Amino acid sequence: MNVKDGYFYSKEHEWVKIDGNKAKVGISDYAQHKLGDITYVDLPPVGKAVKQLEILTGIESVKAASDIYSPMTGKVIAVNKALENAPELVNASPFEDGWIAQLEISNPAETANLMNAAAYKTFLSGLEE
Amino acid sequence: MENIFEKSVTGRHGVDAGTPDEKSVNKIPANLRRVKDSPLPELSELDVVRHYTRLSKLNFSVDSEFYPLGSCTMKYNPKANEAAAVIPGFTGLHPYMAMIDDTAAQGALEVIYNISSLLCEITGMKKFTTQPYAGAHGELTGILLTAAYHRKKGNKKKYIVVPESAHGTNPASAAVAGYSVITVPVDAEGGMDVDIFREKMNDEVAGVMMTMPSTLGVFEKKIKQIVEIARKHDAVMYYDGANLNAILGKVRPGDMGFDIVHINLHKTFSTPHGGGGPGSGMVGVSERIAQFLPQPYVDKNTSGKFFISPDNKDSIGKVASFFGNFGVLLKAYTYIIMLGKEGLIDVSEMAVLNANYIMVKLKPFYDLPYDRICMHECVFTAKKQIKNGVHALDIAKALIDRGYHPPTIYFPLVVEEAIMIEPTETESKQELDMFIEAMKEIAMTAQSDPEKIKNSPSTTRISRPDETKAARELKLTCF
Repeated sequence: MNVKDGYFYSKEHEWVKIDGNKAKVGISDYAQHKLGDITYVDLPPVGKAVKQLEILTGIESVKAASDIYSPMTGKVIAVNKALENAPELVNASPFEDGWIAQLEISNPAETANLMNAAAYKTFLSGLEE
Repeated sequence: MENIFEKSVTGRHGVDAGTPDEKSVNKIPANLRRVKDSPLPELSELDVVRHYTRLSKLNFSVDSEFYPLGSCTMKYNPKANEAAAVIPGFTGLHPYMAMIDDTAAQGALEVIYNISSLLCEITGMKKFTTQPYAGAHGELTGILLTAAYHRKKGNKKKYIVVPESAHGTNPASAAVAGYSVITVPVDAEGGMDVDIFREKMNDEVAGVMMTMPSTLGVFEKKIKQIVEIARKHDAVMYYDGANLNAILGKVRPGDMGFDIVHINLHKTFSTPHGGGGPGSGMVGVSERIAQFLPQPYVDKNTSGKFFISPDNKDSIGKVASFFGNFGVLLKAYTYIIMLGKEGLIDVSEMAVLNANYIMVKLKPFYDLPYDRICMHECVFTAKKQIKNGVHALDIAKALIDRGYHPPTIYFPLVVEEAIMIEPTETESKQELDMFIEAMKEIAMTAQSDPEKIKNSPSTTRISRPDETKAARELKLTCF
């Protein structure tokens, strides 16, 4: 299972990549693998304010409909429109082309509640036992 | 197979309605008259009969085979229910009749009154509405009742708490009604984690929605504690009664402290569903919620006459036309009075016994994540089979080849690779034994020849439809 360095991860398997006061959000390779073929990503409205670990939006796969939790507190400033017609990008490229939303974040220190790549790897190996 | 439009032959017809006479046509305003023929298929009666008979043979139903779909209660529906629903006095009765002259609709009003009273007794609630059309509609009604209760009291509420083991419709209903959802995980035994629940509860919580028994097929042992915690914050306790078939005559939601209950008549009380008929999601409430129930409502006066209750300003209003799906009420009413109190207790005992029988027999072959006595359904996983690349989906498909409707898979979401089996009380031990043998054989083949399972079904007209494509490229065709 691919885990990318430089990203932070939640226990619910979302990732966040921080660039100044902007943060891109998506789901991890582990999550897309577990969900199976993604059929629909409910893109959140731009401007939506969300708190860390509250529901940001939803995602549907052939197996299930699941919530996506926001890894950080912030406001949605952009969404990945490409997912409207190609939700499979989340499967093919979960960390790059399959990003879901971009947030303007207010408190970068919140990453303390998340895991870095090494910690997430350990977390995943615990789940696989 | 051709569809009915492709079978059409110009000029062919079954019944010739003739040309309407001019006098009748003139009664229809000119701008409303059809100028072109309607695009209906042209077929003989025999063409139509053959087409639909053939289609019905492709259908899989509980009338022909075992249908152990967990969480959906696909029990056999006795034909006596159908007989009651087609009594001409009922089918010919216009629903407005009760509003115009209730003396002409006493029988129908009596059915509505009686089924409501019987369900009050079964669930321990104070009052019922027959209106909601199905379970999720009942849930929405329940949440609207919750909101009405808090509004009346001047409470400011924002959240609905839902455990992870609830039906997926619970959080959806709460969200549709405008609440935010707080999810609580389950503990090691499969019940709601009470410590986390206590932590997450606050005065802004409007209600707590519990599915009982839960989607893990287990009874919520700590329900008393949960109700006490909810009460402290004046949160309404909501009982998702979709699984009521496990507890009939054993324990009542009203006695447990629930304020609102919805019941899927089409599940527990044996009226067809799953494409076989409309549902009914009757909602029952406790004393403190009763004044908010949808109206109209049927009542009985001291001389035994049934009447429609006068308007009540606290009511949330109508949630459906008239009294909901009346035909479904008739079927459920027939079922309840046919079985009686003792019969309904047998229903639950047999449903629970059958599920436990399957659980114990299949335990050596399939992983059982919550190993305790189950209620009306049991949840396995495909964990043992995954080692050979065989997933829950493959096991489900392999069952099709063996003549069974697949059980529910990948649900509940808290169990990975879940296989959820609900045999219901209507299956015999012989039928259950054959199913158990089929499941065993699949487990063995998954080890010896996993490819065979992964390539099933092989006996159907279409092996595996492309589910991903079907979900991604939605295409609705309307004429």
